[in-house]
Amino acid sequence: MRIGWLWRALPGAALMFVLSGCALEGEQSVFSPVGPLASEQLGLFMYTWYLSIPVFLLVAGVMVYVLVRYRRRRGDDSIPGQTHGNVLLEVVWTTIPVIIVILIAVPTVRSIFRTQSFVEAGDGDVAVTVTGYQWWWKFDYPQYGITTANELHVPVGARLVLDLESGDVLHAFWAPRLGGKVDLIPNQDNQLWLQANEPGVYYGQCAELCLGAHAYMRFRIVVEEQEAFERWVASFQQPVVQTVSSDPLFEQGRALFAQKGCIGCHALDNYAEGVSYGQPQFPDLTNFGLRNTVGAGVLDATLDNVAQWIMDPQSVKPGNRMPTLWAADDPNREQEARAIAAYLLSLGTQQRAADAGNTLAMGALGGN
Amino acid sequence: MAASTNVAKPALFVRPTWQTGLLSWLTTIDHKKLGILYITSSFLFLALASIEAFIMRLQLMRPGQDLVSPDAFNQLFTMHGVSMVFLAIMPLGIGFANYFVPLMIGARDLAFPRLNAFGYWVYAFGGLMIYTSFFLGGAPDIGWTGYAPNTTLSANPGLGVDFYMFGLFISGIGTTATGMNLIVTIINMRAPGMTFMRMPVFVWMMLITSFMIIFAFPPLTVAFLQVILDRTFGTLFYVPSAGALPILWQHLFWIFGHPEVYIIILPAFGLISEMIPTFSRKPLFGYPVMILASILIAFMGFAVWSHHMFTTGLGPVVNTAFSLTSFIIGIPTGVKIFNWLGTLWGGSIRFTTPLMYSLAFIITFTLGGITGIMVAMPTFDAQVHDTYFVVAHFHYAMGGGALLTFLGGVHYWFPKITGKMIDERMGKVAFWFIVIGFHTIFFPQHLAGLQGMPRRIQTYPAGIGLELWNFMSTFGTFIMGIGLVIFAYNLVKAFRSGAPAGNDPWDGRTLEWATSSPPPYYDFAVQPVVNSLDAFWAYKHPETLHVEAIDPRKAGKEYDAHGVHIPGQSWYPILGSLAIIVGSYGLIYDNLVLAIVSGVFFIFTVFGWAFEGVGGHHLHPELEGERA
Amino acid sequence: MSAHAADNAAPVQTGNRGVLTAHGWRSTRLPDVKLLMWVFLASDCMFFGSLIGTYLAYHNRSLVGPFPIDVLDIPLTTVSSFVLLMSSFLMVLALHALRINDIPKFRLWTAGVALFGSIFLGFQVYEFTHFVHAGLTVHQNLFGTTFFILTGTHGIHVTVGVLWLLAFLIQSYVRPINSKDAVYLEIAGLYWHFVDIVWIVIFTVVYLVEFV
Repeated sequence: MRIGWLWRALPGAALMFVLSGCALEGEQSVFSPVGPLASEQLGLFMYTWYLSIPVFLLVAGVMVYVLVRYRRRRGDDSIPGQTHGNVLLEVVWTTIPVIIVILIAVPTVRSIFRTQSFVEAGDGDVAVTVTGYQWWWKFDYPQYGITTANELHVPVGARLVLDLESGDVLHAFWAPRLGGKVDLIPNQDNQLWLQANEPGVYYGQCAELCLGAHAYMRFRIVVEEQEAFERWVASFQQPVVQTVSSDPLFEQGRALFAQKGCIGCHALDNYAEGVSYGQPQFPDLTNFGLRNTVGAGVLDATLDNVAQWIMDPQSVKPGNRMPTLWAADDPNREQEARAIAAYLLSLGTQQRAADAGNTLAMGALGGN
Repeated sequence: MAASTNVAKPALFVRPTWQTGLLSWLTTIDHKKLGILYITSSFLFLALASIEAFIMRLQLMRPGQDLVSPDAFNQLFTMHGVSMVFLAIMPLGIGFANYFVPLMIGARDLAFPRLNAFGYWVYAFGGLMIYTSFFLGGAPDIGWTGYAPNTTLSANPGLGVDFYMFGLFISGIGTTATGMNLIVTIINMRAPGMTFMRMPVFVWMMLITSFMIIFAFPPLTVAFLQVILDRTFGTLFYVPSAGALPILWQHLFWIFGHPEVYIIILPAFGLISEMIPTFSRKPLFGYPVMILASILIAFMGFAVWSHHMFTTGLGPVVNTAFSLTSFIIGIPTGVKIFNWLGTLWGGSIRFTTPLMYSLAFIITFTLGGITGIMVAMPTFDAQVHDTYFVVAHFHYAMGGGALLTFLGGVHYWFPKITGKMIDERMGKVAFWFIVIGFHTIFFPQHLAGLQGMPRRIQTYPAGIGLELWNFMSTFGTFIMGIGLVIFAYNLVKAFRSGAPAGNDPWDGRTLEWATSSPPPYYDFAVQPVVNSLDAFWAYKHPETLHVEAIDPRKAGKEYDAHGVHIPGQSWYPILGSLAIIVGSYGLIYDNLVLAIVSGVFFIFTVFGWAFEGVGGHHLHPELEGERA
Repeated sequence: MSAHAADNAAPVQTGNRGVLTAHGWRSTRLPDVKLLMWVFLASDCMFFGSLIGTYLAYHNRSLVGPFPIDVLDIPLTTVSSFVLLMSSFLMVLALHALRINDIPKFRLWTAGVALFGSIFLGFQVYEFTHFVHAGLTVHQNLFGTTFFILTGTHGIHVTVGVLWLLAFLIQSYVRPINSKDAVYLEIAGLYWHFVDIVWIVIFTVVYLVEFV
């Protein structure tokens, strides 16, 4: 029984050592920072972690010692000395925690003001208004006059200044590799600034219960070279409108996009010249083909996945607000969904294909 | 209403006097029976909450499963949280308090026995009411914290939210009433000679907890009321389109919610402070410091609430303030841990099952405290708030802190309540399964949170490193589940055929061990009198303490010159509770007639209660064959 | 020397500071019901505090009218506040009368408290009706919601107090009452004074502040 205590304390401690660090990296991991904010947040954790280890080992160690040394020996019924307390000990073991708290508090307070103070978006910053809806993300870029959904682009090293609003209930914007989260609250404007110093496609997820399909409210942040970012912006400011194509699926898909009613909800600047359809509380699909995912970060945007999503959205994201546009026994649904998917996936890529002909660097536009 | 006990009033109900059978339980006002009712109900809700947790963990074992739909899963974690916090863990502490505070202070009941009964029935019916929602269109799916505007009619038209609001509103009234009752009892009904500094620590903790209850529950009650009014009468408290501020709910909820976790843990601290000294055969180390630390924790507990709101955009100044107060509250908590270790040091430690649970508590709660300091840093909390890291933190603090302690408390006090011992060997087997299972479930959750897993999701992205932790966590539920089953089986076995316990199986220190097991219905034949802390121990082992020992059971004969007054049983507490519940169903289903009729009936029970008086009879135990 | 002091002898020096009452031993001289009332009032402070806090949080945040200055009537509410204040004075007289066993006076002043409380409630009903006619309902705007629920909750507290006092008064006719029962009137008085003080706060925060 006494030995059991050692066996309990040691594996726990060992586990903690082994698992700190490299085993915890990942696409959405606090342990894989790519920017100054996330690095500072991780740094504070590691600092506290190292301070905690001796505290825990002291408590566990004293406990193990006491259990071994002062266990009742068989047949010994003597009553030990009835010590009531010791003032010096109380002072010492109050003072030491106070010191530890000060050691933690000072860097904490500094970091709060460094990371959570209000900032004015200036030159070189990218300002985005994020509006959370059940269960997708709207991104407006007021500096450029463009609107998109579920995928955010920002140049490497630029500060991303987010103005967070909600269109319905509470949400929270969280991209762990770039930094911590801030809530989106109706009737309240919150601010979050983030920064990434390495290009890549980073994962984000809603982190405040918004009922229903909350688990599927995800997004991507694409961090890319400045030129690639500017091309991306330009593709939204002057979206390519294409009405015909050598791909037969394209024309069928474009026709179906109107016939099946998609155009009533989803704004799509690529659809026709100078015409604006759709409604603001549903995702804007302009240049959909540039996106990495479909369904707000739920699936990679392959033809099969997008077709599945369009054909049977509930199978991908139960509870979401996309209507099911075909009866389950409709013989055309697979083919028609595929056509719409092909159409959407081509949008924006015309721009990319055109630019590929230029000699500009491609940058990290992400891909599947 | 004065001291007269037999008021001839036109009463609808004859004053009940059953001593045995179902009706004796329905009309009881005896603190011991009510304590047993509380503990039994708590275990029922604990079992339900465990099943909910088990289903959730099965769903999360692998990504992309659809054992349960997102809506069903949302209901499961909501009910799991509500059941654990409001219906299982907190009432366990209250149940133990009900049974043992009077015994420990040498009183024979709480100050207001019928109010005590009312507090129980209102909690029990409120809890059952919330559970009926599963069968009436769906349980609430808003999380145990019920944030606005998830609770508005437009976001959540179903009835689940109404069951949550009404059920908890009503339960909360019961808890508040019991808190008031305990305060009056502990201040006013201590035995002669029992000054505050001679009270057992468990009693101190219940006094402090009760003050927290009466201050913390009203903001919650107001918040519930506001949502009920919004949904039933169209007020605009949390309607965003009218300009309302959802963050108001969070403030009100957490002004309650943070003290609530101390309301949960302080009784557990008190229990630890009884078990460790008993099984070390030494007094609690640093008794005055422990009391002071607990009072500080209670005060500070009201000054930290916005650490639950670090990501809501309060700004760096507010975040700093609450971060500092949250750090500070860790200091007295740490001091208590050291004092418990100091109690063990130099003792003669007996490895009984209650002691082992106490030791598991020390390790687990310390870990919970450490992660608590981590999340008290707003900068870091921005990453882990609303992730499984926080889930792990509070399960360590509350599960390891309160649940393990209360399981140990069951082992400790079961002999006193039933007169039978629980099998120690089986108890230890259950202990190891429970503790190892517990850590297997919750330690990996820290890592899942750090690797990006938010909470309140029924599935998670595959391929980002979360599979192993979730699988391990689910695996742990099987281990812990086996342990809980063995625990339950062991209890039943002990009921049926446990070895006789005698009055004082542990060589205890406090007055409850000076009665028989179980105590007679009048608790003490003679009013106890004390002249020291740990009065019973001082009497048994006078050579160890420097006081002139007196027999607390015999020294107070002249205080019972009129005989012992046993208060009368009553129908009104349970009927009043029923009226409130039925009226709530009326309001939920927009049946105004039912609501009004129930309201009138409730007022009738209030008057009946007032005019029936204390009732009861006087007893002379020594003439009836005193049982010491 | 026996390790146990006299088992059956007279009271031991234990630092007693309590008193033996008809209900049994009590550790303080504070009656149970009085302590209970104080504790309840402490709790009720938090209750009203939360409602007042809500009112303040939503102050000036209504998107549409009527707004406070459109409907609040200071002169009228000053009168009703005075009535409530006077009722507290009558309460003091009632308690004193019962303490010195002057039962007729106790009945007179208690009836007076109930009457003045009812007059206050009458003023509230009048005011609420007037507001509704002016277009301010609970679901009109945030002011309507917070105002009616805050003052309505207070009104319910006053109503409970009036009913309590009336019941106490009626009971005094049904069975004999004397100064020994004074503690029960005293706790009603504590409750009544509390409700009065809360009204002072509400009057200041809701009404007076609007016109400063």
